[in-house]
Amino acid sequence: MLLKMNKISKSFGEVAVLKSIDLKLEKGQLLGLVGENGAGKSTLMNILGGLFAPSRGTMELNAEPFIPNSPNDALKAGIAFVHQELNLFTNLTVMENLFISDFPKKSMLGLSFLDRKKAIRKTDELLSEMGLSISPLAKVDQLTAAQQQLLEITKILNNSPQIIIFDEPTTSLTRYETEKLFSLIRKLKADGTGIIYISHNLEDVMLLADQIMVLRDGQLICQEDKTALSIPKLVKAMVGRDLDQYFPSRTTMPAEENLLEVKHLFGGLVQEVSFSIRKQEVLGFYGLVGAGRSELARLLYGLDPFTSGNIRWKRNKISKPSPTKWVHEGMAFLTENRREEGLMIQQSIEKNIQLAGLTKERSLGNLIPKQIIKNKVRQQANANKIKYHDISRQAVATLSGGNQQKVVLAKWLLLGPELLILDEPTKGIDIGARHEIYTLTNNLVKAGSSILLISSDIEELIGLCDRILVMSEGRLTKEFQKGSFDRSNILAAALHGQEKDEKR
Amino acid sequence: MKWILNKNMQRLLDNSTMVLFALTVLFFSLLSPEFFSFNNFFNILVQGAALAILATGMTFVLLTAGIDLSVGSIMFLVGVISGKMVVSGLPLWFAGVIVLGIGLAFGFVNALFIFRLKVIPFIVTLATFYAGRGLGLLISDTRAINLPESLLKLGSGKIWGIPVPILLMLIVVFLAYFILTRTNFGKHVYAVGHDPEKSRKAGISVNRVLLKVYLICGFCAALGGLVAISQLGAISPTFGLQSEFMAIAAAILGGTSLFGGRGSVFPGTLIGVLLIQSIQNGLVMINADPYLHPLITGSIIFLIVMIDSLQNMRRKKAKKLGLN
Repeated sequence: MLLKMNKISKSFGEVAVLKSIDLKLEKGQLLGLVGENGAGKSTLMNILGGLFAPSRGTMELNAEPFIPNSPNDALKAGIAFVHQELNLFTNLTVMENLFISDFPKKSMLGLSFLDRKKAIRKTDELLSEMGLSISPLAKVDQLTAAQQQLLEITKILNNSPQIIIFDEPTTSLTRYETEKLFSLIRKLKADGTGIIYISHNLEDVMLLADQIMVLRDGQLICQEDKTALSIPKLVKAMVGRDLDQYFPSRTTMPAEENLLEVKHLFGGLVQEVSFSIRKQEVLGFYGLVGAGRSELARLLYGLDPFTSGNIRWKRNKISKPSPTKWVHEGMAFLTENRREEGLMIQQSIEKNIQLAGLTKERSLGNLIPKQIIKNKVRQQANANKIKYHDISRQAVATLSGGNQQKVVLAKWLLLGPELLILDEPTKGIDIGARHEIYTLTNNLVKAGSSILLISSDIEELIGLCDRILVMSEGRLTKEFQKGSFDRSNILAAALHGQEKDEKR
Repeated sequence: MKWILNKNMQRLLDNSTMVLFALTVLFFSLLSPEFFSFNNFFNILVQGAALAILATGMTFVLLTAGIDLSVGSIMFLVGVISGKMVVSGLPLWFAGVIVLGIGLAFGFVNALFIFRLKVIPFIVTLATFYAGRGLGLLISDTRAINLPESLLKLGSGKIWGIPVPILLMLIVVFLAYFILTRTNFGKHVYAVGHDPEKSRKAGISVNRVLLKVYLICGFCAALGGLVAISQLGAISPTFGLQSEFMAIAAAILGGTSLFGGRGSVFPGTLIGVLLIQSIQNGLVMINADPYLHPLITGSIIFLIVMIDSLQNMRRKKAKKLGLN
């Protein structure tokens, strides 16, 4: 037995986050760890990684007691953590990042200093082992997201760990890069490394894992062999009930009237895009990463300037769109990076939610009616089923990803937008919270608003949209109507541009 | 597309401070024949030595996303105390050791408040800035202190034909360059400046790094103070005033970011110092109005910061296009 965690419990103040969890990991085994956000996966792994001490319970590594006091202790014991947010210094070079904790040294005149030659040589070796063709002296901020991800893993492998914890490693990777990562993981397994793999992507987990462990509300639901499990079984174990309908139904039909018309829009990546969105319509945008969907939304919302084109809102021409103007007109934009662009992460839930709606609620003498806003914020937070304990003091940073997204959504819903742009609203969010977000957006449409939904999840688009537009290389390539949605046709349309490229 | 410049133009912009320095030298050389002389270059270096040492320490602090406003006051206090000691007949080396210790003590106090009590560097060093100057004024009775010949001799002395201030400056700059590029600690300075939390996770002792940079900065301030007074006949109550801003300006002109993690002592800060010093020297040579000096220094900072900002915007744009 490589690792054993016995009856681990953890409480933060009054709140019990983990309740008597047992975990076992053998050499060369991959344990999939799944559960909704807030189920306690991160806390459990942080205990293993030495970031927190457990309130109760013991750990054994190679049948010896294991009590890490710091991340460094865990690292030295051979436990490595690939965090969802990369632990790279983008201002330093690839080589410097690989050796930041411990550079190879040489001494001269009794002083010890870095052995650059040796470090560069070793870096070259490590990089070629990973199949990464980058210069050891390249600055990390010049690498692509995938290269950075692989560099982070290279860094970890440099310490030859016995156990590697992967926390959502594929969120920034394309499918091809994901495959590359998976083959690497399989190789590590074959070499005898124990792996704990955390992901919301259940298909990936089913594909990779030997055993799967499900946590819910800090409790261990099961740890079983993959062969005894299936995705529906997993979902049921995670959520605690059957998700009879994954996508909540909606009976409303789009109105005839156009809410927004975009004609011949050019700018940056975006090449001559024209489309319109009707009242009470859910319009989906599908495409591969880099197809220009987010860029289009940014142009539309006035976050980036466009070179030419025409935007009409309720038949009125909008010559210079800006977020201020759109908030006033009733358009809201939920951006892809909720942490960086959508939230003031250290501020309270209340402050975050009231931010956009503030401008609408002005009373006598332009003062902010505090109590009215407070009540509205609370109502919206409850309607969104945000799990919090103190709305006016708890920082958003302490919430799980799904709840953070619900906060951003609450902020925009409070504004009562007529058009809500959602850019990858459920990226990295668990099934339960997804379902709640879908329900919220459906309710918004029922109340008369329209939604422009950008997503890389075809199922999600098919489940929610009235119409799907597909983009490739900055252009619109195809349009699909509800009723004629077809997975493979949609995907083919997204790949279309690329194929042409390869033929050239 | 105006963003895509050709490669040569690009290289020019990347080294904007270097280019500006060259242009400054050219400009003053054309206006004043005395400017472009071996003697005057030595002069610029001697005059710039104290600032270079000061700015080197400041660069360490700026690299960790900190700031040290107390360096000018440390210089002043160091000047006053060492002056008093030497005047009262104590040996020079003894005074030197004592005041370098005072510089370290200031650095220690700054660091302690910053990492123990989590006060932001700006506030802590603002307090030591006032405290240091106040202490100096108290000790000197707000009167100028006349310095003995022995100190001045040291300031104008030469070793192997190189003036002592220049030699000290070169040693400090070289050591700093070596520490920043060739030691674990140097890399940790950059890492902490980029993200203290990530540094902690990578096993770096952030507190120790912060302590060391403020110690280095305090030490450099004291050493810079000694070098400066060795070139003066007397220490006035305004000695060292605004030196902290000169040091920050030199570091920033040399490409060091106020947000930490980016910059260098060599060539960066040293070029920044040379630029500032040659402008001052040149303006004196052409008999410009002394009130013009700060105005011109200000404009230069504006210019460099503007070029840098444009560069950043272009880089972001290029990266965005490159990614897709």
